[in-house]
Amino acid sequence: MQFHKYDVVIIGAGGAGMRAAIESGQRARTAVLTKLYPTRSHTGAAQGGMCAALANVEEDNWEWHTFDTIKGGDYLVDQDAAEIMAKEAIDAVLDLEKMGLPFNRTPEGKIDQRRFGGHTRNHGEAAVRRACYAADRTGHMILQTLYQNCVKHGIEFFNEFYVLDICLTETENGPVCTGAVAYELATGEIHVFQAKSVVFATGGFGKVFKTTSNAHTLTGDGMGIVFRKGLPLEDMEFYQFHPTGLAGLGILLTEGARGEGAILRNASGERFMERYAPTIKDLAPRDIVARSMALEVLEGRGAGPNKDYVLLDCTHLGAEVLETKLPDITEFARTYLAVDPVVEPVPVYPTAHYAMGGIPTNVHGEVLRDNDNIVPGLYAAGECACVSVHGANRLGTNSLLDINVFGRRAGIAAAEYALSRPEHVDLPENPAAAVEAQVALVLSEHGQERVADIRTELQATMDANASVYRTEDTLKQALHDVQALKERYAHIQVQDKGKRFNTDLLEAVELGFLLELAEVLVVGALARKESRGGHAREDYPNRDDTNFMRHSMFYKQGEGLAADIRLDYKPVTFTRYKPMERKY
Amino acid sequence: MTATAETTTGSRGSQPPVPDGAVTVTVKIRRFNPEFDDEPRWDSFDIPALPSDRVLNLLHYIKWYVDGTLTFRRSCAHGICGSDAMRINGVNRLACKVLLKDLLEKGSKQTTITIEPIKGLPVNKDLLVDMEPFFEAFRAVKPYLVTYGNEPTRERIQSVADRERFDDTTKCILCACCTTSCPVYWTEGSYFGPAAIVNAHRFIFDSRDEGAEERLDILNDIDGVWRCRTTFNCTDACPRGIQVTKAIQEVKRALLFKRV
Repeated sequence: MQFHKYDVVIIGAGGAGMRAAIESGQRARTAVLTKLYPTRSHTGAAQGGMCAALANVEEDNWEWHTFDTIKGGDYLVDQDAAEIMAKEAIDAVLDLEKMGLPFNRTPEGKIDQRRFGGHTRNHGEAAVRRACYAADRTGHMILQTLYQNCVKHGIEFFNEFYVLDICLTETENGPVCTGAVAYELATGEIHVFQAKSVVFATGGFGKVFKTTSNAHTLTGDGMGIVFRKGLPLEDMEFYQFHPTGLAGLGILLTEGARGEGAILRNASGERFMERYAPTIKDLAPRDIVARSMALEVLEGRGAGPNKDYVLLDCTHLGAEVLETKLPDITEFARTYLAVDPVVEPVPVYPTAHYAMGGIPTNVHGEVLRDNDNIVPGLYAAGECACVSVHGANRLGTNSLLDINVFGRRAGIAAAEYALSRPEHVDLPENPAAAVEAQVALVLSEHGQERVADIRTELQATMDANASVYRTEDTLKQALHDVQALKERYAHIQVQDKGKRFNTDLLEAVELGFLLELAEVLVVGALARKESRGGHAREDYPNRDDTNFMRHSMFYKQGEGLAADIRLDYKPVTFTRYKPMERKY
Repeated sequence: MTATAETTTGSRGSQPPVPDGAVTVTVKIRRFNPEFDDEPRWDSFDIPALPSDRVLNLLHYIKWYVDGTLTFRRSCAHGICGSDAMRINGVNRLACKVLLKDLLEKGSKQTTITIEPIKGLPVNKDLLVDMEPFFEAFRAVKPYLVTYGNEPTRERIQSVADRERFDDTTKCILCACCTTSCPVYWTEGSYFGPAAIVNAHRFIFDSRDEGAEERLDILNDIDGVWRCRTTFNCTDACPRGIQVTKAIQEVKRALLFKRV
């Protein structure tokens, strides 16, 4: 066991983690622990843009952006947080430009902006050009720019350090976060990092689904760790399905394509979104477009030999727009489906994309331990967190915005808190014991179950029973399946028993988190007997503000993977926007 | 470093059902785990695969159903994160960007795929190499925007043409395909290598940047751009289609004529 002492420890080196590190690292002694190399994070896969009401190409203001975010989130958004995000978006984009991000430019040399789903002028009148972008590589440019600036500021990274636990020390005022425990992939050694502040920025858990835009490594580790500590998770039933995944593969094709004018068509060539969202059509928010696509397929209007996808038609955009503004997705279609978007429409179907829920925080990134109290010293930002600025459905581009606005806020808050504490709080006794026991257990001989089989079955049942449309019956099936898989997980076998780069062990541990989070998602979806944003219940097709205008809060009851889940609720924060029917 | 043995490793239980249209492929992998092995060896695996599978799918099949000790990096699985650079049939590629059908030569019965770790970096285990020397070279060229004086309140203005000037080199994902395809890098590890120069180029030719001279000084060093022998391996290896050799030539020219 090795021991380290820092002011601030940041877990995760994607957009949120590195944005936090740039702030924290200039104020306090900071370490970034990441299970990947920094530039491997899935922020790099984001394509279309980052919205901010710069008004560089047409009239816009941040209040409209706030409204769109709240309406897009089906009014489950905490309105004070959405207001902060939309207001600070402008500086967030300008900060990135000053750090060197190569945005596309207008003819006058300003940052160019494009249309994106759900972003409108004057409260829904028409689509507005609000997304700042760099071709269809905006996430790549953000990730690279943030890493470059981490290099500039000499931020200290611990690459391929897989954090498996955090240290909570009990005080008379409740638990205080005092550190994190990591497994070093290169050596199999356990490291304890004592810290005054710990920031989670570990991303999402898309790998609970089979068809997903998410990386193999997005297994919800941070959320899982927090949940196992008895701390709550919020709104986990709200999972976003991005409308345009490459059919059968789930690889993302940016909404920016539709922002540039691409059109969704069914088998007969009909522009079906005109029926579902007459005003903004293909640029309706993702939940609405994904449901519309699924309905077209369910009602027999899908394209292809099995009528199981729809078509994204970019052919009228012309080769130049595709090559200059959408080059990567053009290449993805060519490489993976052998379809050339310049001359033929691309088969697409919704793909599991983004967790609206996560570790509940306030607007400073401080993690909540219940509806009213924080855990001092513990922070979260980015997809793993739930502020909640995305409510029941996130608008496109608002994730890149979220990581920059709240990554920055969490980094500043974590550093300032650390500087305000003269001494480190003592770690709990034997801080590494739980992780040592966990690793030893996974490596021990205790069964014959194969990790890949359990994961494959988990992903199959989640795709079949807990995706775009859900019912009581499908969700009960999913719950039954997930619980059975948890029992089998108790008998997994890991073949690699070595200490060196044991990725066999890593995948087994990750699967444990996936199972944990899949059950939370399903339990939340079963309890929420309404349809709102990304959560669509066929048996409860309407939004029910009387009973469900509230956040879900999930607590783990007891120890072990099969422990019960307690569901509580938290009120939504309203400022100036009254819930209305959501029409586009 | 020669092959010591050809072995077919045993299964880790029953295999999943073979999908329709699958062909049998022999995947020959260079294995080495310094924890247990004295020297590297070749392992061969006969597995079912679809022509539309990525090489990464094949590696996953082996790891998940045949030999869990097989070790490699991967994350996004669609050519964006840069984790899974490896030598596939003798050339550097991302395993998630090469489809099996592109490796099955038309008309031939050849169904053997050879996979080795990228060259020039120490092998940590199987296909996983130590990336530190690579990132060290990247960090050495000041890969960030350098500016002096006061910052503007709004964004810096940059014309469309000025932005276009360095577009190609902004695409780099730091996968190391280029650097580890370079014969000079193989023999002289002190050479910065193509990727570091690409990232220097990205800033040297950015009209907003004021650090060109500092960077050019670094690249004028004995381990800098003059080591490049224009073999074009790097350009061929780049999974992002960056004109790597051209970028290096442009940096050389900037040094010769002191002009950016």
